[in-house]
Amino acid sequence: MPATPSPVVRVSHLSKRFGAHTVVQEVSFELAAGETLVLLGPSGCGKTTLLKMLNRLIEPDSGTVEINGQNVLRQQPETLRRGIGYVIQQVGLLPHYTVAENVAVVPRLLRHAPAAIAARTTALLTRLHLPPERYANQYPHQLSGGQQQRVGLARALAADPPIILLDEPFGALDPLTRSSIRREFRELEELRNKTMVMVTHDVTEAFELADRILLLEAGQVQQLGTPRELLFQPANDFVRRFFAAERLALQLRTLTLGDVFGDIPQLNRLDNNPGSSDTFSIQTTVNEALEALTSADDASSALPFTVAELMAAFGQALQREEDAWKR
Amino acid sequence: METLTALLTFWREQAGKLGEQTLQHIGLTAGSLLLAVLLGVPVGLWLSRRPRWAPLVLGLAGVLQTVPSIALLGFLIPLLGIGPKPAIFALFLYSLLPIIRNTLAGIRGVAPAVVEAARGLGLTDGQVLGQVELPLALPVLMAGIRTAAVINVGVATLAAYVAAGGLGEFIFGGIALNNPAMILAGALPAAGLAVAFDALLGGVQKLSARRLGQVGVGLLVALPLLGALYLLPRATGKLLAGFSPEFVGRADGLPSLTKTYGLTRLPSVVLAPTLVYEAARNANVDVIDGYSTDGRIQAYNLRVLRDDRRVFPPYYAVPVVRPALLREHPELTAVLAQLDGQISDSAMTNLNYRADHLHQSPQAIAEGFLRRRGLWRAPRPSVEGAPAVRLGSKIFAEQYILAEMYAALIRGNTNLAVQTKTGLGGTTICFDALRDGAIDLYPEYTGTGLLVLLQPTPAVVDSLGGRPDAVLNYVRHEFRRRYNLEWLAPLGFNNTYALLMRQQQAQELGIASVSELGRYLRQ
Repeated sequence: MPATPSPVVRVSHLSKRFGAHTVVQEVSFELAAGETLVLLGPSGCGKTTLLKMLNRLIEPDSGTVEINGQNVLRQQPETLRRGIGYVIQQVGLLPHYTVAENVAVVPRLLRHAPAAIAARTTALLTRLHLPPERYANQYPHQLSGGQQQRVGLARALAADPPIILLDEPFGALDPLTRSSIRREFRELEELRNKTMVMVTHDVTEAFELADRILLLEAGQVQQLGTPRELLFQPANDFVRRFFAAERLALQLRTLTLGDVFGDIPQLNRLDNNPGSSDTFSIQTTVNEALEALTSADDASSALPFTVAELMAAFGQALQREEDAWKR
Repeated sequence: METLTALLTFWREQAGKLGEQTLQHIGLTAGSLLLAVLLGVPVGLWLSRRPRWAPLVLGLAGVLQTVPSIALLGFLIPLLGIGPKPAIFALFLYSLLPIIRNTLAGIRGVAPAVVEAARGLGLTDGQVLGQVELPLALPVLMAGIRTAAVINVGVATLAAYVAAGGLGEFIFGGIALNNPAMILAGALPAAGLAVAFDALLGGVQKLSARRLGQVGVGLLVALPLLGALYLLPRATGKLLAGFSPEFVGRADGLPSLTKTYGLTRLPSVVLAPTLVYEAARNANVDVIDGYSTDGRIQAYNLRVLRDDRRVFPPYYAVPVVRPALLREHPELTAVLAQLDGQISDSAMTNLNYRADHLHQSPQAIAEGFLRRRGLWRAPRPSVEGAPAVRLGSKIFAEQYILAEMYAALIRGNTNLAVQTKTGLGGTTICFDALRDGAIDLYPEYTGTGLLVLLQPTPAVVDSLGGRPDAVLNYVRHEFRRRYNLEWLAPLGFNNTYALLMRQQQAQELGIASVSELGRYLRQ
């Protein structure tokens, strides 16, 4: 592993047992600044426990957590938590506080100036498509599930913490709301430079958002790597089986046009031509290109290949990946 | 309509007393509620952090709740005396359960996700409690306080039984006097107070969580102020009397006593009949009413003040029999007569003392008494098929002892068998059993025979003038005529109302009779 400048989060040999049941066993990982790590695994695999040990909502039995080089056990838990954003599935907005008051909780705890808090709240709500003039003074029960989760996100971001922990943040939403919020989430300027650790059991979500995935089973790390590594170079049978059901969908989402077409000249043109749609590049996934081609959208004309050509190339690329792994 | 007029008249006449009692009632309720909030809320919060203790603590508070109020007050008198202290303490205990339980339920009702999010954001434990849990639990908590307040207004009427005042004084006085207007005079304001407390706290409950916090603080300020209403000065005198409500209410009780002896400067408080002896013993009061042969007179070293002007009606104990019994077994007449005039007031007091305080069996007490008087004969061997004499008694120690005495005499002096049917409940049950021939004999009291069973017109009662012979002759004559039942000769003691004082104090003040009490008070 290349020597990175000191990691933002360093977890070493972390273990936790509840009674006779070991929930997290000897987990270690490091996280660089701006990286998004997804803790993935079936229910009860210990991913939420692992997440909560990062901000000391749960205290580990052994092992250490360092954040910015400091052991978290040497810090006041409250001080630690105020410096880390925290979003949970049930949102947990304070029902007796308005939206604005909810967003302002942490800055107020940190004794920021009221004017600065108000400005920050307004900016965040606007950014998250909750116009403050309409929503700032509403109470949580007046909002939809998706809106509540946005307020929860705004609350976690309010004091601009460099690290954010998310525990199944989209888990309670219906599929439609879920994918639209996820898209907003991905595109949110505020989150660009954050170091994030997110728990989910949704494989698609993990692949969509993760830089790296930590796959857990029964408290033990099965594999830690990029989505592509987990998909094409599974470390063991569990990893392979875990993705088996959605394998094709994941491959379509993981491989890019660059992967399947290699150095095809048309693609270079696509990449370099400023006149063509900037939606497509060698970074575009096969899935996205396929969606564009099969829809009657104008964008399809911007792509210099047909569905058949794309699928053929995709098949060959898969073969290459498999071969590379076997060797 | 008549009752309504009487009620309005009563209120007009007793306006001062009504106001005082209402303030006392508010004071009792608010004071005890404050204490219960001060203890119950922290206990509830503590339980929410230590759920393992919850069943035990809630169970204990629940048990307290089920202790009958009078019994609870009885336990508290030796510890706290009489007056506001035991009353407020009892009310405090009764309010604990709803307040603890609702505090706990309120905290438990806060969504775990909200608490987890609050902790995750970096609120300290204190901030989570003060800014999240308490505000969100407050509506449920307030509902508990509201329940406790309404319970307290109701139970506070019983404070009258321990001389703590309140609207119960009218209510229990009215019950004793059988005066509906007087009962309503206390009951209606009490009900009004309950509704007012409930409405007030109910209004508070509807406020938003944040306003509720301010109101909660206001409540903590207001309750002691209301509680202080209680401390308004009350009448004082040389001696303090504690009377049972019935004694205060009965025409032949306190009213005629006051009139005949001129006991004008004797301030008195109302107490539960079961509590007056305790109160006298503990010197909470100096003069009480009681029964002249009660075992506690000896147990607590009390002195019966002689009723030298015969205000209290005579209640001499006399065996009442079915004449048929004596006709069939003539030998019984002499046997039963052995007890005639044998038992003095103090002797009967002593026998009751043995039963109530030394817990000796009525049989052993009867045997001991007969031995001391030389009347004891060992029971004769039972004869197969011998006719049985059926003896009855009411359901208290004195009657059990008398029945056992007759049983022993009959077994020792005749060949007859004996069946005792003791514990026949009240007067009318015994009397009906005798009339129906279910029993052959039971001890009755002349005053009871007159006032409860014969119920003559007031004119007749007045004409008898409380003279023991006249009353006995009247009941004997009337029972013979109406029921064909026979009153034998009196046993000697008179179990009637009496004024009692502590022996030592009575001696120091030189008071042996009610007249002397009156003289001492007028000095």
